[in-house]
Amino acid sequence: MKEVLRQLLKDKFARLALIVLGLIYLALFFADFLAPYTKDFSDRTMAYVPPSKIFTIDENGKFSRPYTYNYIREFDQNTLEMTYKLDRSQKYYLKFFSQGQPYKFLGLIPMKRHLVTVAPEGRLFLLGTDINGRDVFSRLLFGGRISMTIGFLALFVLFPIGLLYGGISGYLGGKVDTVMMRFAEAVMSVPSFYLLIILASILPSGMTSIQRFILIVVILALIGWASFARVVRGMVLSIKNQEFVQAAKSIGQSRLGIIVKHILPQTTSFVIVAMTLSVPSYILSESGLSFLGLGIQQPDASWGNMLKEAQEFTNIIYRPWLLTPGFLIFVAVLAFNLIGDTIRDVLDPKSRVR
Amino acid sequence: MEILKYIFKRILQTIPLLIIVSLISFFIIRLSPVDPLAELRLNPSVSKETLEKETQRLGLDKPIIIQYGKWAKSFIKGDLGITSNGEQVSTKLKERIPNTLLLTVVVIFLTWAAGIPLGILAALKWKTPFDRILTVLTSVGMAIPSFFFAVLLLIFAVRTGWFPVGGLTSANFADMGFFSQVKDIAHHLFLPVIVLFTISLAGLQRQMRANMLDVLDSDYVKFARAKGLNEFKVVYKHALRNAVNPLITLLGFEFAGLLSGAALTEYVFQYPGLGRLILEAVLKSDINLVMASLMMGAIMLILGNLIADILLIITDPRIRVKS
Repeated sequence: MKEVLRQLLKDKFARLALIVLGLIYLALFFADFLAPYTKDFSDRTMAYVPPSKIFTIDENGKFSRPYTYNYIREFDQNTLEMTYKLDRSQKYYLKFFSQGQPYKFLGLIPMKRHLVTVAPEGRLFLLGTDINGRDVFSRLLFGGRISMTIGFLALFVLFPIGLLYGGISGYLGGKVDTVMMRFAEAVMSVPSFYLLIILASILPSGMTSIQRFILIVVILALIGWASFARVVRGMVLSIKNQEFVQAAKSIGQSRLGIIVKHILPQTTSFVIVAMTLSVPSYILSESGLSFLGLGIQQPDASWGNMLKEAQEFTNIIYRPWLLTPGFLIFVAVLAFNLIGDTIRDVLDPKSRVR
Repeated sequence: MEILKYIFKRILQTIPLLIIVSLISFFIIRLSPVDPLAELRLNPSVSKETLEKETQRLGLDKPIIIQYGKWAKSFIKGDLGITSNGEQVSTKLKERIPNTLLLTVVVIFLTWAAGIPLGILAALKWKTPFDRILTVLTSVGMAIPSFFFAVLLLIFAVRTGWFPVGGLTSANFADMGFFSQVKDIAHHLFLPVIVLFTISLAGLQRQMRANMLDVLDSDYVKFARAKGLNEFKVVYKHALRNAVNPLITLLGFEFAGLLSGAALTEYVFQYPGLGRLILEAVLKSDINLVMASLMMGAIMLILGNLIADILLIITDPRIRVKS
């Protein structure tokens, strides 16, 4: 494992990817503190406000502490357009490490300090607002918590299932193997995204957001286990006739014991590679599902459901700040891919030649 | 003769697979708490008799196993029931499946036409700047979410006005001559194809590069070189043929991936394909339509794998010998 980490740090791209992911996860961990607003804060009078402009030079041309102006919405009767103007009558200075909206750090410790806030009447929208007047920047941080963990959680559900299924099927062989593998192939024969949306759509409405989150994790796991189980089965077939398995059998180890204790540990390096390489596809699946409105539901945020607003033409043309979650998904997936590739090169000596 | 026998055997194998697929999809859908006829009941244009007929056809008053039997019987007969709008499911499918097939076939053709040469080039110029740039580009292609890329292209289309937004044909399609009809479809296909092409190209190019590197390292290529064959013959006659074979297996998987990827792309571009149909059906909980399009998706996928397998038998004599 140390070797893997050393190699990861040696590779230029992988190092960069590790740093980027580290920063993202750190930011998500301290989301409550970094975000100027809480997840559910909304100012209905401030829908679709563009990102706040931050000034460091005041109207007299002198340097000043950074400050911002509020926006005022104006409806133009002639063009039927909504315009946003800066309300230059009142300056709001940016306050660092000061008291703002109350929150519970990690859901436990009540706190009020934020990295940066403005006076209660001022509005600091670093990346603009959405249709409900909610701060996009804050929601990006809170949504990231869901988007960046759901893939991992799905993998932790999926891998034990796949390992056990593939292990049993490969070790027992014969009719059991045939039936189990036919079933796995059938699951693989349904286009995965079709299956995904159907499973998501039969979830009953009126669940709490935690219940929904857990069920989405389970659904994501249900999609991927079959192909994983098939590969595990193939590996088990080649392992099961080796001497140490015979030895375990001869001392009377149970069949399940042999599979779990002796055979499956042999597949560890493959499992690690497969896991890192499949995290990104789960991040993409979740965001796709939420983008369609079948995944994480409002008022909870996820990068996918924040992009849902980008489905409207007017939004993507006039309000480009609503697209930021897409760039974050892209960066996260790219970083995971780079790390996965490097880990594969390290653990799979055959590919190292390449 | 051997080949035909093998192909026949392979076709027979798909039948149990299809039965299991239909069982899985049927139970997933029926065990959900949704009333399959809820939408039909609410639709005033659907008569009582039609409702009665649907209940009879689906056997809703009977246990689930019998329901499955009834469903399977009418599915084989080609009777897929009616949608919540009262249309025939089969006409709806007939309208959408060719569109999705068109999209995926065009994309597969383009990815192969571009991915194979790029893979070979990257392998031959291994670790040169060219190879590195391609690796970076494919990483980017693999990481961009299909729907997000589609949205970005939509902005581009709306801003420039160079491409039509949504649909497969223009409003005046019926009045056009044959060539302008083809041109019109190509014009509408362009953006969805770009999205799917970018995403599937990356995987194919990488696979081809890896295979080619593998093969170039093998003994028979070394032997061919030692024999004094020129590089062109070594690469294109000896190495290439062996490097392409594993990709044919991949063709089936690629088709599967494209069907899934196409669903989101179709949705964003309002493209009238199977993916968008199933999505709309799911959102309206139109059970007949969901079930039928799920089956069609599975059948298309299984057929794709079948074709890939048959191609492999033809190109790779080793498989024939083994069987």
